[in-house]
Amino acid sequence: MESVGSINPSKLSPKDLLWRILWDKEKCRLCGRCTAVCPVQALDLGVQRKRVVNIALGITETPSNVYGIFHGIRQKTDLSHLCVGCGMCELVCPNRAILVVRNEEMDKARFHINEGGNPRRRGGRRNNPASLLDAIKFTRISMLTDPALDAGRHEFEVRTLLGRLIPAEDMMKITREGGYLPPVREIYPLMIGSMSLGALSPNMWEGLQMGVAYLNEEMKMPVVICSGEGGCPPKLLRSRFLRYLILQIASGYFGWDEILRALPEIKEDPCAIEIKYGQGAKPGDGGLLMWHKVNQMIAAIRGVPMGISLPSPPTHQTKYSIEEAVAKMIQSMSMAWDFRVPVYPKISGSTTTLAVLNNLVRNPYAGGLAIDGEDGGTGAAYNVSMDSMGHPIASNIRDAYLNLVKMGKQNELPLFAGGGVGKNGNLAANALALIMLGASGIQIGKYIMQAAAGCVGSETDRCNVCNLGICPKGITSQDPRLYRRLNPDDVAQRVVDIFLSFDQELKKIIAPLGRSTSLPIGMSDALGISDEAAARRLSISYVV
Amino acid sequence: MCRLFAVTSSEPLVPSTALKALDVMREGHDGSGVGLFLTDLGGRWEDYKNLPTLSGIFSDDGLRELDELMISKGFRCEDEVLIRPTFEPPVGTPKRDNYLIRAYNIPTEWEDLSQKNIGFRLLETRMKLRQQGLANEAMTVFSFWYDVMMLKETGDPLAINDYLSLDSQGISSRIIMAQGRQNTNYAINLYACHPFFIQGFSTMTNGENTAFVPIREYLMSRNFLGYTGYQSDSEVFTHILHYAQNQLCLGLPFYKHIITPLMDNELESHPNREILKLIKHSCRPLVIDGPNCIIGCLPDKTMFMVQDSKKLRPGVVGGRVGKFVFSSEECGLDVVVPERNKHLDFQPMKYDTVCVSAQREKVEKWSQWEALTLQN
Ligand code: SF4
Ligand code: SF4
Repeated sequence: MESVGSINPSKLSPKDLLWRILWDKEKCRLCGRCTAVCPVQALDLGVQRKRVVNIALGITETPSNVYGIFHGIRQKTDLSHLCVGCGMCELVCPNRAILVVRNEEMDKARFHINEGGNPRRRGGRRNNPASLLDAIKFTRISMLTDPALDAGRHEFEVRTLLGRLIPAEDMMKITREGGYLPPVREIYPLMIGSMSLGALSPNMWEGLQMGVAYLNEEMKMPVVICSGEGGCPPKLLRSRFLRYLILQIASGYFGWDEILRALPEIKEDPCAIEIKYGQGAKPGDGGLLMWHKVNQMIAAIRGVPMGISLPSPPTHQTKYSIEEAVAKMIQSMSMAWDFRVPVYPKISGSTTTLAVLNNLVRNPYAGGLAIDGEDGGTGAAYNVSMDSMGHPIASNIRDAYLNLVKMGKQNELPLFAGGGVGKNGNLAANALALIMLGASGIQIGKYIMQAAAGCVGSETDRCNVCNLGICPKGITSQDPRLYRRLNPDDVAQRVVDIFLSFDQELKKIIAPLGRSTSLPIGMSDALGISDEAAARRLSISYVV
Repeated sequence: MCRLFAVTSSEPLVPSTALKALDVMREGHDGSGVGLFLTDLGGRWEDYKNLPTLSGIFSDDGLRELDELMISKGFRCEDEVLIRPTFEPPVGTPKRDNYLIRAYNIPTEWEDLSQKNIGFRLLETRMKLRQQGLANEAMTVFSFWYDVMMLKETGDPLAINDYLSLDSQGISSRIIMAQGRQNTNYAINLYACHPFFIQGFSTMTNGENTAFVPIREYLMSRNFLGYTGYQSDSEVFTHILHYAQNQLCLGLPFYKHIITPLMDNELESHPNREILKLIKHSCRPLVIDGPNCIIGCLPDKTMFMVQDSKKLRPGVVGGRVGKFVFSSEECGLDVVVPERNKHLDFQPMKYDTVCVSAQREKVEKWSQWEALTLQN
């Protein structure tokens, strides 16, 4: 008998892995596409030896062995080549000879992905399909008490405001006597949240920008997109399309050298400036662009050397307190554009949100607050941060809104919510639920990656290799061999489709509630949930 | 849906004028309640136009409580209409002890105060009475203001009129607003009955206010004493009017721009787009999403009607010099001003504000597209 070889603690069998590859020798025509496409080289297309025992029928002849070879696929089981379940091999196989299935029990590999003392890092999402937002229903339908509106026939105005709104009394005084009125933008309430060029491939970024420009200029929908922390390509900076872009500045200040230098040549003001203090997926952790993704272009835009990892520190290092961090940053960014551009911070959902909010309320230049809940996605983070850190968005946004109501400031400081909106595909329902809980607008990231670019990541740990620059769909990679799989025009087309269909679904929700001309911000009487504790916590009705 | 009727006339009219008009619109209300707002009073009440007049319903204990409180504050009674029904009430109307309208002289120490200050104290007094009365339901106070009487009761409007013999109490007025109630929420609370009132402003509405919760939250967070109650989702329309006029100093043409602002693309071509955009932004939580027809009256006795931004409710205005009617239906006009030129009847549409001033010469109309002037 042959030796079984050495068995050590981290030696895994295919059964120990999360994903298992089933391969059909009969159907396989050995084209090699699956092995070529696999982002993690989990498949060995190799020559394999096989013994055939040949037992003769006669009495005198002795049995013999025939050693033959065959060509075929074998799934690797070593930790650096674990299949991530992306399914690309299935996608490219011309004969449907390969199948990726989830092992029936929890994988054992997870206990070992810490070789060398390095815990697991990945991109993607939180790996928890549960969604409270999905459980919220719209229960206050105008029935007979009123002629309900018709989503297809009546006029709707679906807009929200970004920027500091002056209380009506003060606004009238300023109108009569003169004074400073902060900039306010009228935008579509669904915006594409921050994903940097660097985290995203150039084709993906370009596709999103084109889609947004088309929505604005052809469809008259003022959709905006946030740049993420990574600067902005010089041509876009100097173009009219800048007005659809929210420029993000974060603790690494990547790209801001270029932006500030370009200021004299910038013709259009950007939509707004977002100061990132935190990200819902990994609160308290900074950004990280792994070296694999820092190629020549990214290095140039960000103003850094090529091929080095780019960590943004968890906090803005030059500031030491909330007053410093928030007030000074807001002031300096406002000053850069002569107070013509709204500036607002983005934080991760947290029980400390209210402290930040109260601080912003007192800062007359703060143009809003974006809160990113625990279900937000990211390009790279520690597994533990993604899975266990953060605050659910629904209760955080509700608390923030009700706190503003208490102070009478609910119209002055718009709240933007993000993190897991549409994680199970219910984009409009989730977005409207958050708006009725008090958000003025919604930021989406992963949804747009899935719907516009075909990201295959899932809430059950599929793919999620966005951090490694090997994105099999070319969405989060800087490798031209990968991102050329993604046609920017196709992405743009999908972006337009997504927003148009969202707009229709939104009307299908608000029309029966009797709303059409103003976004139902804080219309919590429309909401119900069958979870009594959640209903109480969110001050909405409990329905069974 | 409730039915609305309002009349503004150079000659004082008795309350039943409006109640009869409501009766012909009976298909639209179920006789479950009525609300009356009377101002520009006639008869002997002409003389008390400068005296705050209290209207409400009181139990016998409540009346004692009222006297105690008003005397302690230094108010002195000048005149009153006190109705103490002795008959069985009509079906749907509960037995009450006292319906009271009483004109007071203000406390002497108030005499040197500014009108604004006195106005605030009158409101404060009404809120105090209302608050105190809520506890044991001994006092229900509808209004406490100059030259204003109000009555609200559950039951059939005309039956209530007969039961209380309203026409023979010496009550008449040049302006009457009346609402016949269609009961959509079964627990009838008198404070939930239209018209609503605050500091000389009154409005009544039909239709459901779908944006009620955010509007209520916004008004309540203004920290103004009178912005409270909200037993009805329509009370906010009165308070928005008060807020626009008294807090923001914006005239009537702006009311429509606050509750149903023009769309962004429409605003682009408006001569006052800058200020209207600012108002639209700052007053965003006050946007009503309808469907509502609002009839109201300002302290200067201007009566007006506006519609929601889709004009989903009926409403018509017509009349002749000296007498104009604002009504949910034509038949309301026919009963009270049959002699008018019907061709001039006007149904305000989604951009219109129509009003008749205290001179009662004509129906003025503004479209939201017209240029506006900002008062200083
Ligand atoms: S599913 Fe993806 S990672 Fe797994 S073997 Fe196929 S291509 Fe490779
Ligand atoms: S497809 Fe690309 S973006 Fe989506 S999870 Fe995989 S690596 Fe990440």
